[in-house]
Amino acid sequence: MVKTILLIVAVITVLGLLLALVLYLVAQKFKVEEDPRIDEVEKAMPGANCGGCGFAGCRAFAEAAVKAPNLDNNYCPVGGNEVMAKVAAILGQEVKAKAPEVAVVRCNGNCEARPRVNDYDGMASCQVKAALYSGDTGCAFGCLGCGDCVDACQFGALSMDPATGLPVGDEEKCTACGACAKACPKHIIEIRPKGPRGMKVFVSCVNKDKGPVARKACANACIGCGICEKTCTHAAIKVDSFLAYIDPALCKLCRECEAVCPTGAIHGLNFPKALDKEAIKARIKARSEGNTPSVAKNKADAPSGASPSEAK
Amino acid sequence: MGGVHPHDSKISRECAIEPLPLAPVVYISVAQHIGAPSVPVVAVGDKVKVGQVIAEPGGFVSAFIHSSVSGTVKSIGPRADLAGRPSIHIEIEVEGDEWLEGIDTSDKLITELPEDNKATIEKIRLGGVVGLGGATFPTHVKLSPPPGSKCERVIINGCECEPYLTSDFRTLLEKGEQVVVGAAILKKVMGDVPCTIAIEENKPEAIAHIQEVIAKLGYQGIEVMPMKMRYPQGGEKQLIDAVMHRQVGSGALPISVGAVVQNVATALAVYDAVQKGRPIVDNSVTVTGECFPKQANLLVRVGTPLKYIVDYLGGVPADAAKIISGGPMMGRAVANLDAATVKGTGALLFLTEQQTRRAPEGNCIRCGKCADACPMGLEPFLLNKLSRNGDVEALEANAAQDCIECGCCLYSCPAHIPLLDIIRQGKGAVLGAIRARAAAAKAAAEAAKAAAEADKK
Repeated sequence: MVKTILLIVAVITVLGLLLALVLYLVAQKFKVEEDPRIDEVEKAMPGANCGGCGFAGCRAFAEAAVKAPNLDNNYCPVGGNEVMAKVAAILGQEVKAKAPEVAVVRCNGNCEARPRVNDYDGMASCQVKAALYSGDTGCAFGCLGCGDCVDACQFGALSMDPATGLPVGDEEKCTACGACAKACPKHIIEIRPKGPRGMKVFVSCVNKDKGPVARKACANACIGCGICEKTCTHAAIKVDSFLAYIDPALCKLCRECEAVCPTGAIHGLNFPKALDKEAIKARIKARSEGNTPSVAKNKADAPSGASPSEAK
Repeated sequence: MGGVHPHDSKISRECAIEPLPLAPVVYISVAQHIGAPSVPVVAVGDKVKVGQVIAEPGGFVSAFIHSSVSGTVKSIGPRADLAGRPSIHIEIEVEGDEWLEGIDTSDKLITELPEDNKATIEKIRLGGVVGLGGATFPTHVKLSPPPGSKCERVIINGCECEPYLTSDFRTLLEKGEQVVVGAAILKKVMGDVPCTIAIEENKPEAIAHIQEVIAKLGYQGIEVMPMKMRYPQGGEKQLIDAVMHRQVGSGALPISVGAVVQNVATALAVYDAVQKGRPIVDNSVTVTGECFPKQANLLVRVGTPLKYIVDYLGGVPADAAKIISGGPMMGRAVANLDAATVKGTGALLFLTEQQTRRAPEGNCIRCGKCADACPMGLEPFLLNKLSRNGDVEALEANAAQDCIECGCCLYSCPAHIPLLDIIRQGKGAVLGAIRARAAAAKAAAEAAKAAAEADKK
């Protein structure tokens, strides 16, 4: 009895050792050399696999980052500067700090400003709706309201506001991965620098129709009047095909454009104080009459004259 | 293969074609055909006459556009089309009905065919003739097959397989002689090949009338073929299969199997352009629907605002929920009634809430009805899944680009899945990928050529 047991133990042990040897030899023969840094980089990544960097996932990003000669074209928007600093440390490379970015919805055609002109009863998808026609409002450029961007967001940063029918972004949750911007068939969502303490000014409209047409479709539309362009002392605003665009790199957050915009298409976000239109208009008037108080000195509205590109 | 059998609902079949009085102002789009938009050649303030060229082709695949009225050009600029998208329109204020000299507006039938085929094709081009079956593909391009391909049969498409539509049927009955002469012209241009006029069996009067006309005019090699009722019998590839028993391959043109298909209304336009020197300035439009009080087949000048047509017939009925331009299967809902008609506008259909309501979407029960119904032999249930996942490679492998958007899958789906809407997205993605590939290949070839030339130097 004892003999049988010992025999079985011996046979199994020998068999195990033999198989282990075979496995070892095969593993040696077909060994794939992999840079150990890929695993390290992957570990440092946020692991959201969102594709915001332009690669299929965090692993693919890690492989590309290890292979690339420098990190100029590889940036994880979700992890931001913190994660990129870790990645750079692992790879022994330099990385330029980028200003944090955030998704901005450039349409403010709410239900009151932009009345419905027909009823859409098709599939609840912006892509499908955009392929069929211009949408259920008079504006052929604005938000279609089916929420493709909300579905695309993996971070729960977007939600549809039932009162306005427009998507609302949560800047705390937004990682600027750009999935919503890609999902929007009307290209309404833009990834813009977050700005110092979140403060930013942008044109919340993408309508390229002539003024009267745009105005008829939506009371809040940019009509391309160009007053903002004339008012801006930093050359940050350009009007192209009846649509103004504020370059975030040049904008000094003085909010003069916001004050003079006749339709309210220019929005300022996260400013500590409400916009005092009259004060700003008086300031512009005084400047045009000759005595020119420098804009940057006006600390009430422009915090330390910081532009987003200079911010941390 | 495939197809569905919706009720034909041709309630306007007894209404003779009547000319619509001129609208006070027309808006003529410069992008009313497949291909490059035309380029306006008139300026604001110009006086134009009926049949005068107001826009010239913007490329080889493009068409002439003629004024449909006489009057003054008021403006040239963007205006919302049927789908609400802005496109360039030429606005003309109507001041009368003065035709350009040289256009024969009499009813006299000219049966002698012109000798020179090249001159005939040039006349068709100058007449701005495009395929009036719905695709509005420039006809002169279709009649100039690429070298190496040979036409073996001209098919005149009189199927009108979409429910409700009756304008082709009325054209066959009222302008049968002209259509047959047009068919004879097309037949001669393509090298005196046999010609088939295909008419669905639900139009026995038209079949009998056209047979009579052919016998009376004495053209050889033109025959009428009664077709089984089925949607989409009038689809180009489906019709070639039914008439010639040949299948057009994926991505291939009908000429690859020796077929040229033209619509009945196009044959009439060819007759007008070649024999009368009369370009396309009007087309017949069916205005119908159970809830619409006055059914009609109207001869409408190109660029007439839809609202004017509807008001002429008594306005939009109170219970109409949706207005469709075209038939109920392939037509598009009209987003604004201020839009104007184009050459390809074949019908205005009024449907009630009950007729258009979509049932809530259910889950696929894998019954395969969509695959049975697809006239192109595709698998809509599979394309639906791939399209939702955005798998462009697999979509192309499963021939999503061959979808003709006939809507049979959606019509037959018991779970009311919006198959067509979703597959159209996938088809668009595949066509985009194919175009990108072609552009990349072209750029690479040009770069290689430039490099070779640089080497020579």
